[in-house]
Amino acid sequence: MARKISNRRRVIMSVIAWALAFVIFFPILWTIILSFKTEGNAIKAPWDVLTSSWTFDSYHVVQERSNYFRHFMNSVVISFGSTLLALVIAIPSAWAMAFVPGKRTKDVLMWMLSTKMMPAVGVLVPIYLMFRDWGLLDTRTGLVIVLCLMNLPIVIWMLFTYFKEIPKDILEAARMDGATLGGEILYVLTPMAVPGIASTLLLNVILAWNEAFWTLNLTAAKAAPLTAFIAAYSSPEGLFYAKLSAASTLAIAPILILGWFSQKQLVRGLTFGAVK
Amino acid sequence: MGQITLKGVRKAFGDVEVIPPLDLEINDGEFVVFVGPSGCGKSTLLRLIAGLEDVSGGEIEINGQPSAELPPAKRGLAMVFQSYALYPHMSVRKNIAFPLKMAKLDQAAAKEKVDNAARILNLTDYLDRRPGQLSGGQRQRVAIGRAIVREPAAFLFDEPLSNLDAALRVNMRLEISELHQKLKTTMVYVTHDQVEAMTMADKIVVLQAGRIEQVGSPLELYRTPRNKFVAGFIGSPKMNFIEGDEAAKYGADSIGIRPEHIEVSTTEGAWKGTVGVSEHLGSDTFLHVDTEYGLINVRGGGEIGLHAGDTVFLTPDLSQLHKFDAQGQAI
Repeated sequence: MARKISNRRRVIMSVIAWALAFVIFFPILWTIILSFKTEGNAIKAPWDVLTSSWTFDSYHVVQERSNYFRHFMNSVVISFGSTLLALVIAIPSAWAMAFVPGKRTKDVLMWMLSTKMMPAVGVLVPIYLMFRDWGLLDTRTGLVIVLCLMNLPIVIWMLFTYFKEIPKDILEAARMDGATLGGEILYVLTPMAVPGIASTLLLNVILAWNEAFWTLNLTAAKAAPLTAFIAAYSSPEGLFYAKLSAASTLAIAPILILGWFSQKQLVRGLTFGAVK
Repeated sequence: MGQITLKGVRKAFGDVEVIPPLDLEINDGEFVVFVGPSGCGKSTLLRLIAGLEDVSGGEIEINGQPSAELPPAKRGLAMVFQSYALYPHMSVRKNIAFPLKMAKLDQAAAKEKVDNAARILNLTDYLDRRPGQLSGGQRQRVAIGRAIVREPAAFLFDEPLSNLDAALRVNMRLEISELHQKLKTTMVYVTHDQVEAMTMADKIVVLQAGRIEQVGSPLELYRTPRNKFVAGFIGSPKMNFIEGDEAAKYGADSIGIRPEHIEVSTTEGAWKGTVGVSEHLGSDTFLHVDTEYGLINVRGGGEIGLHAGDTVFLTPDLSQLHKFDAQGQAI
């Protein structure tokens, strides 16, 4: 029999849950509110901020001063580009590790994960110098490569756990049925792993979209994505809360909308394999 | 044509030799069953024939062609897996047509073959469903359909019925036997269930620890088991074994007698005992009798009115007595 939960308990738990959710969401909400205020009103006490008049001024200024659309396109190209490149590399690697594991497969997986534990700044100088020599600084190609490499361990790990769930028999059946290795991956493995691949793609697009360390350090103007667009408004020369908020809102809006519509897929992706 | 010859085939995983070198001849059109306890290497042997595992030594010839180095699809064999191994994202039609698609057969010819297989297997009404919407028996039929359309030299079945419930298993057993009669294609069937082996096989291969203990028709194995292992494995309920002085009387190290070859009497007989449990099945009665030689199982007629605690006398049918030496080999 299912556990009985009294109504009172349910109400209290709901209130706590909503309160926690509100606290977590509050910084984003406040950013959005500030983006609709004038610079003068934005720095007032919280109550005065809420009661002051609403305006689109900050958005106009932000759009005039910097090209939102170009940054947006850079973000799209970099985040999707790096994720797709990572998938192309990760699907065969995860296949190999899930279905023909060797003695050292586990060690390789652990090693890949361990690279994520290293602070990125530790390799900034060598990567910067390489990028400079190869002419990759401030290019989308350069960022696609570096973000792909940064997220590759996570992509391979996620796909590996998905592929592990696919019965080996089915791939063997495909082999008996005359599928080549390519056919096996293309016609059988990939379609069966679509939910897993989709949530891996989504999560990594979000990670790449929000990535600020490499995008800020390796770009200047041409390839700068939305993270650089926000950073441009946190200037040391003065307080531009409203404009900074407007820029931030514009930067997070696309990924927030994407995340909202795909949350079911994302949650499924993150908990996959936990429950059989 | 579906002649399969194994010559000195050996398989080792690392240092562990799971199949010592063995020879086996499977003739065209034969229904051969590999039977043995769990872990005896029967599935591995099947997978070696299929090409899903590489041999560590020896040669596999299919229709006279050396095939040990060929990839699975090039061997002309089709396999039906225990787990069905259907493609869950494809309809039944696409599942059955998959091998034809891989062989790049044109669509009209493929459709005809799929429809034909569906008709043979009573799947015509389910062609547009996904495997998830089918029952266990239907799924197994789809797996068989996928094998049929390839028109293989031989079918390989890896414990295909062990995921089905008892009633369905009996039905599918019949269906596979009928299919064999209809197609007359070589079938190699792996099971741990000796009833399946006895009822379906033309030839049974009894395996233990990767070694072939005996090859023969079901009745040959039943009547003249080569050793104690085969004697105990084939036949249900199991053969009774008696060792010591009683066996020495018959000039053997141990003797074996099947439960159906023992006569029960309440007045006189060779061995005296007490009925422990009696199982009345209606058609038969299984008596578990405690004797001075140990527990002896007896299969009697359905009308035997004996119950726990009754004293009985057992007399073995001497013409059906099996004698074994100290190594367990039949004398």
